Amino acid sequence: MFKNIVVPFLNILILVSLLLFIVPPQMIVKYLGAGSGALGFMIAAVVGSITLIPGFISYPIASGLLRQGASYSTIAVFMTTLMMVGVVTLPLEIKYFGKKTAVLRNSLNLIAAVVIGILIGIIL
Amino acid sequence: MIKRSFEKIKPYIWLLSFAVFSVGSFWFGFDPGKTIYQSFTKSFIEMLIFIPFLFIIVGLFDVWFPKEKIEKHIGQESGIKGIFLVVILAMLQAGPLYGAFPVAYILYKKGASIKNIFIYLGAFSSLKIPMLGIEIGYLGINFTLARTLVSLPLFIAIGYLMEWYLKDKDFKINEV
Repeated sequence: MFKNIVVPFLNILILVSLLLFIVPPQMIVKYLGAGSGALGFMIAAVVGSITLIPGFISYPIASGLLRQGASYSTIAVFMTTLMMVGVVTLPLEIKYFGKKTAVLRNSLNLIAAVVIGILIGIIL
Repeated sequence: MIKRSFEKIKPYIWLLSFAVFSVGSFWFGFDPGKTIYQSFTKSFIEMLIFIPFLFIIVGLFDVWFPKEKIEKHIGQESGIKGIFLVVILAMLQAGPLYGAFPVAYILYKKGASIKNIFIYLGAFSSLKIPMLGIEIGYLGINFTLARTLVSLPLFIAIGYLMEWYLKDKDFKINEV
């Protein structure tokens, strides 16, 4: 169980730490802040899908974004893709589910995240 | 001989390289390396918290819940109640989405329906109660409530879509 479950998890953590160094939280806040509009929304969806930021880092980022005037829908799409779509974890997901299922699940979740973002924008 | 010992350490190659890189960074005062190591330890602490729960849940299901029982409650014929049960199960857990894959495997092995497995993954990704608490703290109750209520029907829809698409494609989840 250790080798098959924990080691892949640790590998993901290493990759995540490298990504966080390449794309630091301050940079995310800068690009998704106030007035980023539709482009910001799209960047949020892409960044959220590719990266995997642990909750205790992503919530402070999100709250920083909010204070900087980012829209609720940008934050919703960012948080949702972070949680539900994982390009970094795709190789591991493929091992469990097979390529077709893993890619399908991620694609459907990306679409759902965009819908969630738009709906949140309408509601709040 | 060398080839064989390489095969043995291959699964750990990333970990070993990272350990060497981190030690080296501290030794030579390489700041980017230190920063990367620090964010690794932060995530690692989170992992230490969710891994025991994960093993407990996988273990519990494996040993204590007979297949017929799981099949009856969250299997093919389980209906609304099955959906409700997997959502509750997911909400009580912690950890990032990949932490749910081993649980998805055990649910699959015990006869959960395709639909319920994907609803479980959806709920696990973004409706976990510990995380909702943190979310309310940072982003407010209105945002959290709106996001949760909008997300849930979409996850359920994804579950139905996945089942509809995969049901005659001999779907399986592998033990990793």
